[in-house]
Amino acid sequence: MNKQDTTYLDQLEAEAIYILREVAGQFEKPALLFSGGKDSITLVRLAEKAFRPGKFPFPLVHIDTGHNFPETITYRDNMISRIGEKLIVGYVQDSIDQGKVIEQTGKNASRNALQTVTLLDTIAENKFDACIGGARRDEEKARAKERIFSVRDEFGQWDPKRQRPELWNIYNGRIHKGENVRVFPISNWTELDVWNYIRREKIELPSIYFAHEREVITRNGQLMAAAEFLNMDHEDHIERKNVRFRTVGDMTCTAAVESDADQIDDIIEEIKFSKISERGARMDDKVSEAAMEDRKKGGYF
Amino acid sequence: MTKYPRLPWKTVRRGDIFNMDLLKFFTAGSVDDGKSTLIGRLLYDSESILADQLEALQQSNRKNDDGTIDLAILTDGLKAEREQGITIDVAYKYFQTDRRKFIIADTPGHIQYTRNMVTGASNSDLAIILVDARNGVVEQTIRHSFLVSLLELKHVVVCINKMDMVAYSEDVFNSIREAYAAIAVKLNLKEVTYIPVSALKGDNIVNKSDKMSWYDGKSLLDHLETIEVNEAVLSHQARMPVQWVIRPQTDELHDYRGYAGRILSGSFHVNDKITVLPSGIRSEISKIETDFSEQDEAQSGMSVTLHLKDNIDIGRGDILVNTSHEPLVSQEIEADLCWMDTRPLDSSIMYLIQHNSKVTKCKIREILHKVNINTLEKIDTDSFQLNDIGRIVLKTAESLAFDLYQDNKLNGGAILIDPRTNLTVGALMFRANAG
Repeated sequence: MNKQDTTYLDQLEAEAIYILREVAGQFEKPALLFSGGKDSITLVRLAEKAFRPGKFPFPLVHIDTGHNFPETITYRDNMISRIGEKLIVGYVQDSIDQGKVIEQTGKNASRNALQTVTLLDTIAENKFDACIGGARRDEEKARAKERIFSVRDEFGQWDPKRQRPELWNIYNGRIHKGENVRVFPISNWTELDVWNYIRREKIELPSIYFAHEREVITRNGQLMAAAEFLNMDHEDHIERKNVRFRTVGDMTCTAAVESDADQIDDIIEEIKFSKISERGARMDDKVSEAAMEDRKKGGYF
Repeated sequence: MTKYPRLPWKTVRRGDIFNMDLLKFFTAGSVDDGKSTLIGRLLYDSESILADQLEALQQSNRKNDDGTIDLAILTDGLKAEREQGITIDVAYKYFQTDRRKFIIADTPGHIQYTRNMVTGASNSDLAIILVDARNGVVEQTIRHSFLVSLLELKHVVVCINKMDMVAYSEDVFNSIREAYAAIAVKLNLKEVTYIPVSALKGDNIVNKSDKMSWYDGKSLLDHLETIEVNEAVLSHQARMPVQWVIRPQTDELHDYRGYAGRILSGSFHVNDKITVLPSGIRSEISKIETDFSEQDEAQSGMSVTLHLKDNIDIGRGDILVNTSHEPLVSQEIEADLCWMDTRPLDSSIMYLIQHNSKVTKCKIREILHKVNINTLEKIDTDSFQLNDIGRIVLKTAESLAFDLYQDNKLNGGAILIDPRTNLTVGALMFRANAG
């Protein structure tokens, strides 16, 4: 077909649906990792387009750190009842109670790193052979080299040197017992693409993506939502500000940006002219230049 | 930090974004040709680098001799690569202008990374080949160009880089262009564009350089934004491999049976006569669904759900085609093979072939030759090592319904999988029916 007849969003959508159907066709027990963030919400819409009027050939899986924004959990539960699909929740608290991980202490304590263990346990318990995730290659430079089908060994590790070549539209999902594949249907989307798609499809999002007044503190130059999980002390000065969140992770590691953008059109305009990339508001990447690569090798999603 | 002036094409018109199309291109060049610098320059000058990425860049220890930022760091993603200063894999980068969205597959040019180049090329509409103006056309230029012709990329841009090192000489540019033109003829590359650039200094990358007034062509970005890449795909070859069968089996949708897949080429219409291959059973399309609605027509590139008038046993691995233009159906196929595994090809074992949604066993019936990709000579051989390319005949356990790669890339390409390791070990481009 004449490429001028389709827009790039149609092309990206068709590719993502194709990838989701490859997962359904190639794997015995896939799962869709749902974080409550806009990328995994977009995946849910794409899955509806790929499989309706049938059921999804996979459950949704949420790794719950216990430090979520309450708005995210409300959104998640409403969405599940709307789409009528199965949700499996893996609790980081369970991993802590079982002694598999130890809660961090100190001011910058976060459960973000601990969730890798809970995720790997949830994969093993349910014998998932493929996990669909909403990661995008434009987020970070280690991700720029990630495959659409990314094989993980039984320790959940990613080996950038053993990646399978991906030719044309052919994805090789064959694995040995114990291995699993992480699949990224929106690899080729950028942050702006996701927002434009959400606007076009009129997809509902958790309210924290839109500007709202909130109690915040400033840590390491970034605005964090004031919450009991943050180990706040007398040095932390609580202010009320108009903010929104560009990504939705755990409350301990997701920073807000000051913004008055309470409509999707305003957010898109803001992103277009923004000078800080999306992951710049995630404290977990700031540790070192190779931070993301190290976490990926260890099984982080 | 230097503030680059806003570029004239950066006028934001709301709504335009929905009409933009996508251009995928890849870049080939050796370590020293400045390939990563070229991509870094495209991203940097088109203002596609955000502030915190730039900050990380400036804090990095790698600088050019004159103290400016080493833009190559933007594409060298992995720690091992940063240490070695070379790119060892395919990195995908994204940027957009008001005219187009771009996906760059940045692939390494060393001979040991031929497989990565083949991978990048298989996912691209256009190739950028970098030539160092000081060295001219060298062995690796031939190698890269051969791969471009093997993968049937129709559009080639030869960037003659480091023009600043040869005093922006028109004579140097012309003699390299003539030398390359001879190769293009030999390799049957029809549409080649030559652009003199300096990635390091930014000449003719985004903006036209004032140092080469003798050059009357477009800057690289201008060329990439405006080139027409619509493949002259034979639109009469309607092809849709079945990925998944949608059967809700609920009371109200008791008889619903939809074949889900993405149309590789051509178009399907309601009432079209279709054939299911490899079984050869014929039927007609009763309904086309996409995006939660019914359509009369669906075109190549779309992910759809097709319904047929007859109740036939169809599953993943079957392909729906228009009866008027059926593909070849055979168990013996002559193909070009690029070997991608460190373990050499073993003709005595059974491999798996994955062709769209179909996977079946196969054997290498015959190795015809391999190609010295630096000189293009054909050589007799009985095996393929990593990065070898040549011609084989394979025999499959079940019939494949395929087109020749030169006519229809997506239905003419396949991969080989080693069942012992499950790795993708070969790329196949079907060239003839050998049955």
